[in-house]
Amino acid sequence: MEKFITLTDTAVPLDAENVDTDQIIPARFLKATDKSGFGENLFKDWRFKKDGTPNKDFVLNDPTYKGSILIAGNNFGCGSSREHAAWAIKAYGFKAVVSSYFADIFKGNALNNGVLPVQVSPEFLQELFQAVNANASQEIKIDLENQLIEITETGKSESFDIDPYKKTCLINGYDDIDFLVSKLKEIEKFEQSRTAKKDLVEKTW
Amino acid sequence: MKKTLFDKIWDSHIVESIPNGPDILYIDKHLIHEVTSPQAFNELKERQVPVFRPEKIVATADHNTPTQNQHLPVQDLLSRKQLKELTQNCEENNITLYGLGHPYNGIVHVMAPELGITQPGMTMVCGDSHTSTHGAFGTIAFGIGTSQVAQVFASQCLLVEKPKRLRVNLNGKLKNGVLPKDVILYIISKLGTNSGTGYFCEYAGNVFEEMSMEGRMTVCNMSIEMGARGGLIAPDETTFEYVKGREFAPKAAEYDKQLEYWKTLKTDEGAEFDQEYSFEAEDIEPMITYGTNPGMGIKLTGAIPTEGNKSDLKALAYMNFKPGEILLEKPINYIFIGSCTNSRIEDFRVSASYIKGKQKAENVYALIVPGSRQVASQIKEEGLDKIFEEAGFTLRQPGCSACLAMNDDKIPEGEYCVSTSNRNFEGRQGQGSRTILASPLTAAATAIAGKITDFTKSLN
Repeated sequence: MEKFITLTDTAVPLDAENVDTDQIIPARFLKATDKSGFGENLFKDWRFKKDGTPNKDFVLNDPTYKGSILIAGNNFGCGSSREHAAWAIKAYGFKAVVSSYFADIFKGNALNNGVLPVQVSPEFLQELFQAVNANASQEIKIDLENQLIEITETGKSESFDIDPYKKTCLINGYDDIDFLVSKLKEIEKFEQSRTAKKDLVEKTW
Repeated sequence: MKKTLFDKIWDSHIVESIPNGPDILYIDKHLIHEVTSPQAFNELKERQVPVFRPEKIVATADHNTPTQNQHLPVQDLLSRKQLKELTQNCEENNITLYGLGHPYNGIVHVMAPELGITQPGMTMVCGDSHTSTHGAFGTIAFGIGTSQVAQVFASQCLLVEKPKRLRVNLNGKLKNGVLPKDVILYIISKLGTNSGTGYFCEYAGNVFEEMSMEGRMTVCNMSIEMGARGGLIAPDETTFEYVKGREFAPKAAEYDKQLEYWKTLKTDEGAEFDQEYSFEAEDIEPMITYGTNPGMGIKLTGAIPTEGNKSDLKALAYMNFKPGEILLEKPINYIFIGSCTNSRIEDFRVSASYIKGKQKAENVYALIVPGSRQVASQIKEEGLDKIFEEAGFTLRQPGCSACLAMNDDKIPEGEYCVSTSNRNFEGRQGQGSRTILASPLTAAATAIAGKITDFTKSLN
């Protein structure tokens, strides 16, 4: 996995709440058996009209806004567990998503793909929207080491939470599979102790 | 220390707790399907890591399967390729697959419980957010992403932070015509779609205690729609009776031994929850949704709220509804009874009992999709298929179908569908489709009337 340490970039403001993973990547694009090509279908039905032409009203089609940070309304990534949503966001070029709330499964999926979900207060989210709307070339700095997000022009900042284990993984580019595989001996021991205890559900088929 | 049911199961599955980090949680059963598993198998292949415990994995094909002519090769080439890959991956890794056409095939959250794969006290995961369904058995069951599917393949464990504890209490007597689906739609409408985020929810109170297993599965299924990782209900006699004798349930002495353990699976008196809500059954009426998330629900006879923020107004614009509008008498051309929320035998019994002797309205296309091959057989055995046919309903073969419209079962652009599924997101049932979530009874009554109707008046 790619490392994530600090990111300073312009941002794209998506002013919508409860953005569900069906909007991020519609189900009809889930027939793929690899992880490639999802970027072009990110927010497909918001980005494009049915005839395939770009929907000018949608922020991703607005040439004013560019950058690898997506700022979105409350409860981002709700709904389906499809990791294709995180793959699409990453493939499109976003490295971080900022919102006042993330759905659990999406948050985990993003982290497992090196995309940083940054949860800020509703007030700071509004400040971010205002700053970016007022000046599209406004840079936002996300400092994972110090868990700080800052509007560079004004210097206004807020700290954000992240699981310390996940932070270490992102900073070092580690992932969970490597870690779990390194624990297989302990896992086998756990299996044996449960069988011995006979008080837990065991394989019966 | 007094413990909740959730704590008891979670804690007994911790292999190791990382200091200041997540737990390594052991997973008893891993369910997989064609859509969210291929990239996980690829991940393992690339790393040359074997599947650690293939005997603890069960696979089915459901999301991307046709509901007609299942005996013929799948027409959609991408779908066919995805299904073929599932078959190959299962063969190569010695994983049991109940593929298309197998008597045990069905929607993953319908077939696993009915085969007795789902049992109290287990930890279960699947690359599908509605895995919360299995919580109906007093099971910690939750949906995971594909990277996590790969983690479970590699280690039979997951690295997860323990969610907080939430309890929803519901006591009293449900009104006539109010089904488990109405109960959960009501709860979500009151609490909102992110009220449960970060939590695992226990449902408690006499309403859930008196509910059938099918009803409990409907409730737990939609826990994710209020953001909760999962929902669970303490197992009791109803649960034990349901599990007993099923294909993969423990048998004879083994069953008795398990039963002893299962009976300990309840929240201790006085155990603490991080958050708790209580509702009264008498306040609940048949529910429908009017917006584009499952929290936007009102009673069938109610009016759409007049106040809302920008996102609410955007949702109303998508649905072509107005603030303050009453949806009763609204003409509806499509109804769908199916999905992992409402495609069990009880759902078809209740709809058939309303439909019997009636005819669907001419304007309506009424689609009925059983959750599994076993449910489909039961529909035939009980003669429900005749009732549906005579009333002009279309009965298909099992699968996820129009719930997420990955196959050909799509609702056309601009059309409303009164649907027993779980999500009314924009375009969920097909591009431009407009979903109104409801119970199987409400969907059946809509099909007969050709419009949203207050069917409670016609119930005894």
